[in-house]
Amino acid sequence: MLIKKIVGFFKSLKLTVTLLAFAIVLVFVGTIAQADEGLYIAQSHYFRQWVVIGANFFGHHIPLILPGGYLIGTLLLVNLVVAHIYRFQLSTKKIGIMLAHSGVILLLVGQLATDMLARELQMNFTEGETRNYSDSTSEYEVIFVNASEVTAIPAKLLQAGDKLKIDSLPFAVRLKSFFKNSDLNFRAPMMQNAPPAVNNGVARNFDFTPAPEVKTTDQKNIPTAIIELSGPVGSSGDWVVSDWMNDAKGVEFIQNNYTKLLGAGMAQKIAAQLAVPQTIEMDGKKFTFSLRPTRIYQPYSLTLLKATHTIYAGTDIPKDFRSRVRIDNPQTGEKREVEISMNHPLRYGGYTYYQYQMGAGESAQMAGVTPFSVLQVVRNPSWLTPYIGCAMVGLGLVIQFMYHLVGFVSKRKKK
Amino acid sequence: MKKNFQKWSPPILMVVMAAWFFGNLQTPKDKDFAFSEFARLPLTANGRIVPMDSLARNSLLELREKQTLNTEPWKEWNEKPKIIPATEWLANVMMNPVVADDWPVFRVDNPDVISQLKLPDKGAANRTDGKHYSWNQLLPLMDKLDGENVRIQTNTVAQNRTAYENAVIKLHQRIFVYAQLKNAVLPAEAQDWPEELAAYEKLIPAGVAAAEAQQAGKTFDQPTFSQFAGFIQAFQFMSNLEPPLILPPDGTTQWRRMGDALLDAPRPKGVPIDNAVRDYAKMAGALAAHQPDAFNAALKDYQSTLVPAQSKAMTHARAEIFFNQMEPFYSAMVIYVLAGLIAIFSWFNLSETLRRCAVWLIGLSFAIHTTGLIYRMVLEGRPPVTNLYSSAIFIGWGACLLGIILEKFYKNGIGAVVSAGIGFITLIIAHHLALEGDTMEMMRAVLDTNFWLATHVVAVTTGYASTFVAGFLALIYIVRGVFTKTLDEATGKALARMIYGIVCFATLFSFVGTVLGGIWADQSWGRFWGWDPKENGALIIVLWNALILHLRWGGIIRERGLVNCAIFGNIVTSWSWFGVNMLGIGLHSYGFTDAAFKWLMLFVVSQLGFIALGLLPPRTWRSFWAPRV
Repeated sequence: MLIKKIVGFFKSLKLTVTLLAFAIVLVFVGTIAQADEGLYIAQSHYFRQWVVIGANFFGHHIPLILPGGYLIGTLLLVNLVVAHIYRFQLSTKKIGIMLAHSGVILLLVGQLATDMLARELQMNFTEGETRNYSDSTSEYEVIFVNASEVTAIPAKLLQAGDKLKIDSLPFAVRLKSFFKNSDLNFRAPMMQNAPPAVNNGVARNFDFTPAPEVKTTDQKNIPTAIIELSGPVGSSGDWVVSDWMNDAKGVEFIQNNYTKLLGAGMAQKIAAQLAVPQTIEMDGKKFTFSLRPTRIYQPYSLTLLKATHTIYAGTDIPKDFRSRVRIDNPQTGEKREVEISMNHPLRYGGYTYYQYQMGAGESAQMAGVTPFSVLQVVRNPSWLTPYIGCAMVGLGLVIQFMYHLVGFVSKRKKK
Repeated sequence: MKKNFQKWSPPILMVVMAAWFFGNLQTPKDKDFAFSEFARLPLTANGRIVPMDSLARNSLLELREKQTLNTEPWKEWNEKPKIIPATEWLANVMMNPVVADDWPVFRVDNPDVISQLKLPDKGAANRTDGKHYSWNQLLPLMDKLDGENVRIQTNTVAQNRTAYENAVIKLHQRIFVYAQLKNAVLPAEAQDWPEELAAYEKLIPAGVAAAEAQQAGKTFDQPTFSQFAGFIQAFQFMSNLEPPLILPPDGTTQWRRMGDALLDAPRPKGVPIDNAVRDYAKMAGALAAHQPDAFNAALKDYQSTLVPAQSKAMTHARAEIFFNQMEPFYSAMVIYVLAGLIAIFSWFNLSETLRRCAVWLIGLSFAIHTTGLIYRMVLEGRPPVTNLYSSAIFIGWGACLLGIILEKFYKNGIGAVVSAGIGFITLIIAHHLALEGDTMEMMRAVLDTNFWLATHVVAVTTGYASTFVAGFLALIYIVRGVFTKTLDEATGKALARMIYGIVCFATLFSFVGTVLGGIWADQSWGRFWGWDPKENGALIIVLWNALILHLRWGGIIRERGLVNCAIFGNIVTSWSWFGVNMLGIGLHSYGFTDAAFKWLMLFVVSQLGFIALGLLPPRTWRSFWAPRV
């Protein structure tokens, strides 16, 4: 009896209608909220969520409780599947509807799978450089380098706050704090500074302070961590490691900010201090350490041969971004050149490489920068599901509506 | 006799309107200066090759929201103010600023801006209508305006600006556009440009020598150096403004700005000053001295240098001019209004002749609409929808086609009103969107793919069009039911069936279009769905249409519920089409207009009003037949 009731609930059209209505409200609220919260936070607040509590509406906080994207999606999926099982009948009259709904099921399952399995990485290289790894866009690792030996500890592992002892390191590592996004400031000697956050390395000259997380897709969080390293004889103090110290972004930032104030030479000198590697000596071994985006290695490498960026004559509207890349795969002996451009990604080795950002063309030439290219690297095992799902729904609806239309037209003709 | 009248009046009416349309195609005759020939000269602006005519029209639209210039706006229409075509205005701005700078071309309609800048009141003595001002009137106020502009740009974010702040920024932008045009052909400060150009050309060897000597710290001729430096400075100013590129490629070069060409001439490997530069100077001299014959001769010389190297550009320019003069969407709009009024009238006296008149007229305007749509596609080499403007044109076209199909089946004047109504409204919207500038701008790299523009964008806009058709049908149902006695049971049932069919159609296209958009995103940056506002807007349309269908299938709503839901579909679609662009976030937010927000809100409120009417109890409806609830 109870089972019948439960089944009855899950196969009912009323449930479908209610879920669709809630979905509309949720998507609307989650879209408006992006103006206040930014795309990423809104995504996790409304769509990648079971229950939504409270919403932002043009700067006002509204107390409400809504089913989140996960809940609606899952219930809709159950509703569809149960209804299909109980109402299934093979007839030409229903075949279109069946096909369309199966397509919707595939889309929902595919998106759920994407949400769990997809991974977004980036590959950032200048012309002539070769990469056999991609950088994570959201995860970071603390690395210790001794000669050629690299020990990488994912920052995720450290976040518990416990001490972590690894065999290849003669000291234990402990995470004291982690800022998902941080600001960088120079500690000018003559200024009234608060005492430095820690007394070692780069932190003596620079302040790293927590900052609010970024809101738009064009910006990126720059995390900073404070770690404590302690050997057998006790702590060797706290250190700051930061993503600001990678690439040239921190150096450029400081140069740009202080050139006006202190002159180009002085600014360059200050900025150079940011690039000095931090080291610690223990057991007669010297370790250089830093925080960097987690690297995912591939058994093949890509070399950027040429980055091209063209614009329409007399404007700054971008016309084309294009990277010429060589694939080297020692496993298969493959060695070939491919072009990656907007809307023409490279699919290789289970990953897809998309043209993402670029510093090339006239503007890069003028700034004296070696042309570089950033590829978005995505691994998504379920990438095909939307293609198939879309075709199924489209075809299903066409069949269904044609069936009705033909009936309607012939009926009117008879009149 | 009566029969003949009934039979022949629809085609005759159509022929009359067609004659009116073709009459507009005629090029106005030049009196003395061959401005209509000047209009055909190709140049590069906004990254594409356009005729002078398009640059002139688009610039005037940007400056004063019209495609012609009224040089005496303080006169009433019956005092016959002098109105000049866009190209004549542009030629004078570029080559005869002494005259052009006195024309009241800048539209300023924010009262706070007018009082802040202390602009003169309306009056013939002030040479303004209190709304349009000239360059010479604004020039002394430039410092004040600049200051306000900098203050606003640094202290406020685009989304939170007041009407006054937006108006300041807009005026500043308009002045900048005008300054660019002033410096496209010659330095705006030049007194006698042909003379000065000749002097510059003669001076180059000596000037270069003096400059080199000065650099090397040797003795040099001071007057030569100063004169040369003066020229370079003026040309540098021209170049820095980045005006349109008017000099055609000559084999070794690409399209060039006049300022760049003048700066390039003295360089060691520079291209020497060529005939194109001199011909433009001759035209400028002749225009300033009011010598039409000399102007026309120089123009002819220049045109002859364009053949054969620039024949393709010239053909393209001619084609675009023809399109500009045709103004197909304007003509279609006028005929839609006429047809719509006739069709509505036919509901009341049930005249088959009137209905047929409306249908014939809609056929004509649809043909003109289609011509314009295809002409644009060929000119651009693109699928029909490339930006917000063309989406309005296409939605109108699609809705009109659906209306014609409905009319063919039902022959009750309803499809005709849908065609005419949506056709007219969308073309009005397109007209206002065109004020933003060039409507055929180039596509950014990520959008530069005809395949996805032809599939995803066309499918989604077809989804918009059909949802609007369903909503419009529902409005007809409510208005006729509540306010008139014309909604009998058969008509009501027919309308409901039309709405249901169109909602099915809309579901199909909006679903396929939305998912194709996801697939495009997956092809471009590896993310099928990113919850971007525009994606979400499209998703809401899909969900809403699916919801209507399920409500109907489940018997939860019937005829009147369906009608009210379809009206809400109008709100959902307008939100996706315009509303999300106003959030100022996301990858798709390309078409924000200020006034549009006000109109969107008005539209939403009006639709809610119709839904409220639809919820009134049937006994209050004027139609004798009470619809089933």
